[in-house]
Amino acid sequence: MNLVVILALPSLAAALTGALRWRAATAWAGVVASAGVLASGIVLAVQILDGQHDTALGGFLRADALSAFMVIVIGSIALLATTQGVRIIDLELAEGRCTRSHATLYGVLVQTFVATMLLAVTAANIGVLWVAVEATTIATAFLVGHHRTRGALEASWKYIVICSVGIALAFLGTVFVYLAATQAGGHSLHALDWTTLMASAHRFDPGVMRLAFALILLGYGTKVGLAPNHSWLPDAHSQAPASVSALMSGVLLTVAFYAILRLKAVTDLVLGPGFARSLLVIVALASLVLAASLLLSQRDYKRMLAYHSIEHMGLIALGAAAGVPLAIAGVLLHILGHGIAKAVLFLASGEMLYAEGTSEIAGVQALLARRPTLGGIFGFGLVALLGLPPFSLFTSELVMARGEFQVGLGWAAVIALGAMAVIFGAVASHGRHLLLGPGDGRARPTASIVSVPLVGGLVACALIGVSAWPLTHLLDVAAHVVAR
Amino acid sequence: MTAAPGSLAASLLGLGAGAVLVCAVMVLWRGSTAAVVRVVALQGLALAIVAAVLGLVAHDVGLLVTAGIVLVVKAGLVPRLLGRVVRDNPYGRETRPLVNFPASLVVAAGLTFLAYGATAHIVAGIGGTRGHLVPIGVATLLIGFLVAVSRRKAVFQILGILLVDNGIALVAFLVTAGVPLLVELGVSLDVFLAVGVLQVLAVRMRAEFGSLDLDELTELHD
Repeated sequence: MNLVVILALPSLAAALTGALRWRAATAWAGVVASAGVLASGIVLAVQILDGQHDTALGGFLRADALSAFMVIVIGSIALLATTQGVRIIDLELAEGRCTRSHATLYGVLVQTFVATMLLAVTAANIGVLWVAVEATTIATAFLVGHHRTRGALEASWKYIVICSVGIALAFLGTVFVYLAATQAGGHSLHALDWTTLMASAHRFDPGVMRLAFALILLGYGTKVGLAPNHSWLPDAHSQAPASVSALMSGVLLTVAFYAILRLKAVTDLVLGPGFARSLLVIVALASLVLAASLLLSQRDYKRMLAYHSIEHMGLIALGAAAGVPLAIAGVLLHILGHGIAKAVLFLASGEMLYAEGTSEIAGVQALLARRPTLGGIFGFGLVALLGLPPFSLFTSELVMARGEFQVGLGWAAVIALGAMAVIFGAVASHGRHLLLGPGDGRARPTASIVSVPLVGGLVACALIGVSAWPLTHLLDVAAHVVAR
Repeated sequence: MTAAPGSLAASLLGLGAGAVLVCAVMVLWRGSTAAVVRVVALQGLALAIVAAVLGLVAHDVGLLVTAGIVLVVKAGLVPRLLGRVVRDNPYGRETRPLVNFPASLVVAAGLTFLAYGATAHIVAGIGGTRGHLVPIGVATLLIGFLVAVSRRKAVFQILGILLVDNGIALVAFLVTAGVPLLVELGVSLDVFLAVGVLQVLAVRMRAEFGSLDLDELTELHD
């Protein structure tokens, strides 16, 4: 599978939308592009598992099993989000809440956003990876502010200020990695190539790498939404249009985490697993405890979902801290499962906001009785996100915990479990308020463009949970890329 | 030409790096928004000089091109964008910073000491004139943080980000003679676009709130 084609699909859709403005044809072209990304991700994965190596543009792009897996994650969530985006924007246009040029800007930026994420996971070079992650911030800044309300303006301001500073730290970290690489004899652009780094890491200066990884974790950690730089996340994710929240929460966070995973592998070769592990455990537990304490008092269901993302990023960071292949396979499965479940929930919450007119938890009641389909999707989505079987998050949390016990991080897994229990109680009680109760005897239907893709997403999440067979081999190979 | 201590190149490097730090302190010290935008343009110029001198010393064409990019973006385009934000209100001042001006200067001195402490290992590893100037870049970065968190005017938050960015660029030039050109191009483009986005947001904020005070940003909280 040519990597250039994967990047070209959303770029072409963006150009088409820019040239012909937002209309049915260009909106659906975006959906087709997302479906194309998912399909090519699967083809790419099959080819790589067959032993082919994929590079393009003279080694500028490079894909291994981990990249292919991330392309599949991006494609799946982009497909869900762009489908709902068509409905969201058309409704806004019909009601005069958005002009055609705003709609065009939305269409162009969403596809650019998907393209920059794809560049991040297929870049051969960690400098280019940095540029791509920073570009995602710029592409999403106006998307967060799409509604042009005071709240949206404030959220996009905070988002870009905090993330720009954070990502600048990651750049300094990248500079120090480059310093370590040049001191070990590397030079020019290729010194920052992932394969070169892994091959020459044993000669790197440990002191420089220590500083570099700390900066990288703090910097990319800001974009992942890990404590202590998480404060932009609930604002941005609650103010953005639902389709953008789904993409940001479902996959942008984990694309930034992908950068940490790659650089952790290099760091581990220089310093052994202990250094990165202790830093990751600290930020993971801090994020979990913070999410637990703030979820208790949430009054807004979109913010509730946003804080829930901080919890899951904490779990993923803890799994990565364990670092053995088993735990990393769990991390990757969790990235996919959380991405799908969170996208479904954000998209359902967008529909709830549209139908009910408020994002306050107190303002919505008895959804299951009044809107059975939408309520059912939201309810099952919450069940998935809380890590109950049959959904894949249950499997991945178990696998990560096993990995953590293997390396003596059982105590951290137990603390995480405590935080998860608190979160379970908080979210279950919010969910009960939203979903249960006597209705008014009228069941309102949900549009099939909403229900079919979202139910499809939940079914996929459950199927992966019951039997991970199509993914087992890919997850195993991808985990061995960054763990040994 | 070499950058041996005492040579012309070494003096120019020291002067350029020193000017970057002085500009950072000036941003902290001055309240007038129009003045600090000019100071940041000056800082971009100083940074370009550092890159150009390093490029001449190492006979590195890539680094000279980088110096040109830095000059255009950081001393030209970015200050111009910021100029648009402050133009409507040329007498705008930071009057009520969260940390007042004298205290800010004291904190900046402390941060500079911190920068020297934190980079001792790197300085020793590189050595020479270049190595000894690294803490200046880190100090600029830390002062940028201070500006971003302690000022209420939106313009100063953008300036804080720019200081952080210029500090990091200075460190990058000194420790590795610049990151590869392709990466530098991407970085410059990103900085330019980020400032552009912030400028548009700042204009929208003024239309919405009637001021550029971040105290107006109180809509979202838990």
